[in-house]
Amino acid sequence: MRTRRQFLVDLAGGAAVVGSGGLFPSLARASDPSSGGASIPAGPSDLPAGTLEVSFLETLPGKRPLIKRSYRPPNYESPLEVFDQLVTPNDAFFVRYHLARIPEVPADGWKLEVGGDAAEKPFSLDLAGLQKGFEQVELAAVCQCSGNRRGLSDPHVAGVEWGIGAMGNARWKGVRLRDVLAKAGVKKEALEVAFNGADQGVLEATPDFVKSLPVWKALDENTLVAWQMNGEPLPHWNGAPVRLVVPGWTGTYWMKHLTSIQVLSQPLKTFWMSTAYRIPKGKFPVVDRFLSQESEASTPITEMVVSSLLTAPRMGQRFRPGQAVEVKGIAWDNGSGIRTVEVSADGGRSWQAATLDQDLGRFSFRGFRYGFKAGAKGEVTVLARATSRMGTTQPSELIFNPAGYHNNVVSRVAIRIA
Amino acid sequence: MTALVALVLLASPPAPPDENRVQLKEGPSRDLVVGRCAACHSQDYIPMNSPFLDRKGWEAEVSKMVKAYGAPMEPGEMEQIVDYLATNYGRK
Repeated sequence: MRTRRQFLVDLAGGAAVVGSGGLFPSLARASDPSSGGASIPAGPSDLPAGTLEVSFLETLPGKRPLIKRSYRPPNYESPLEVFDQLVTPNDAFFVRYHLARIPEVPADGWKLEVGGDAAEKPFSLDLAGLQKGFEQVELAAVCQCSGNRRGLSDPHVAGVEWGIGAMGNARWKGVRLRDVLAKAGVKKEALEVAFNGADQGVLEATPDFVKSLPVWKALDENTLVAWQMNGEPLPHWNGAPVRLVVPGWTGTYWMKHLTSIQVLSQPLKTFWMSTAYRIPKGKFPVVDRFLSQESEASTPITEMVVSSLLTAPRMGQRFRPGQAVEVKGIAWDNGSGIRTVEVSADGGRSWQAATLDQDLGRFSFRGFRYGFKAGAKGEVTVLARATSRMGTTQPSELIFNPAGYHNNVVSRVAIRIA
Repeated sequence: MTALVALVLLASPPAPPDENRVQLKEGPSRDLVVGRCAACHSQDYIPMNSPFLDRKGWEAEVSKMVKAYGAPMEPGEMEQIVDYLATNYGRK
C-alpha cells in the first residue's frame, strides 16, 4: 500500500529523479514520436506500469500534443503545464469518448430535436435558430471527467487510466437549456431530460451513449446548450457543433455533438445510467441528488467534489536553502466556490492560508499562490488542500470506490532543498 | 531547395495518430483477442489496464464487454481470451 499519492507530471527539464521508494518517485517517461524520440513525461509515476508503457504524446487534428491514453475511442489528457493557465486553451483541452464512431457534424447541417413524452410541443431547430431564438449567455466552468485520476487509484481499478489532466476550464457560450425546454413546454409529470449525441458504438449491440439529468438540474439557469468555447466554435473533439454544459457536474453529463433532447416522465433505464457512472451511496459529501436514478446501494455520480492541483513547484524541483519557493495551483468544486486553500510546506504538519487569485466565477478553476523560504537541506513535501464554500475539504486519504471516481485526495509534490 | 522542403513540411498537417503503434504481445490466441476486441477499441486498452487485474479481474472485463457492450463471442472463445489476457497482462 502506498502511503502517498503523486499527482504531478514532471515537466521541468532536469528534475531530480531518485528511486521510487523515496520522496522522489521515478518519473515515467515515454518517447515522443513528434519530437524524434526525445524523452517526454507520460504521466505520474503511480499510474499502472502498463499505462505508462503505452502512453505517448500524440497529436489529434486540431489539437496540440496531448497525453494519449487510448487511440480508439480517443482518450487524451492535458499535461500538467496546461494548468499553469486558469483557462484551458481549446487545443489543449482533454478529449474523452466512450464509443468509436464519431462523425464530423457540420454546423450548417446540424439539427436538434427537442421532444419526449413529457414535452407539450416537440420541435426541431438549426444552429441559427438556437442562436437567435434565445438569450445568449457565457460562463466559465470546469469540465472534469468523473474518472479523472483513476490511474492513481490504490488499488488500481479498470477503465481509462487517467492521470491528472482529464479536466479543463473554459468560457462556454450558448443559451440556457431551460429556455429551450420552455419552448417545448415541460409537462408537470416531467422527471428527467435525456440527451443524445451523434457518436455511436461500432456494433449495433453496443448501448448508445445517452445520458439524462434530473429535471431540476436541466432547468438550472447555468445549464447551457453551447456552441462556443473560449470565443471560438467548439473543437470537433470537444463536441462540435453544439454540446451540453452542466456546470458543477462531472463531464459524463456534458453531451457532445448534441442531437436530441427528450423530456421524460420515466427514469432513463440504460447501461450508461443504471450501471455505469455510479458511486456507492453515502460515500462522498455530495448534496446534489438524482433521486429517480438512485438504487439501494448506489447513485449516479452528480456534482464534482472539491479538489486542487499544485502546478508549482514541480515534482523533484531543486531549491537552495533560503531560496524563495513559489507555490501555485488551481482549486475547484461543484460550484459552491472555493473558500480557502491551505498550503503545507512541511509535509502536512502545519498549514497556512494561500492567497486566492481573481475569481472568474464559482464554476471556474480558482488560482492560488503561497510563498515560503526553503529551509535546511533535505526533501520536503508541499501539500495543498482546498475547502469549498459549502464547507467540504479535500481528504488526506483516497476515498476508494470500484470505478475510481471522485479522486480528490490532497495534492502533494516533493521537492529537494540542496 | 532545402528551404522549400522545410516549407512544404511545415505546411503539411501532422499525420494522425496511428493506433498500430501499440500491438499486443505474441502468444496463443493473440489473433483471436485482436479480432474480437479491436473491432471496437484500439489494442492499447489492454496494456493500459495492466498488470493489476488477476484472472478474475480479466474475466469480469471480458464478461462486461460481452454483456454490456455486445461483443460477439463464440462458445469457448471467452476462455481463450481470458487465458491470453491473464497470461500476458495479468497480475503476477
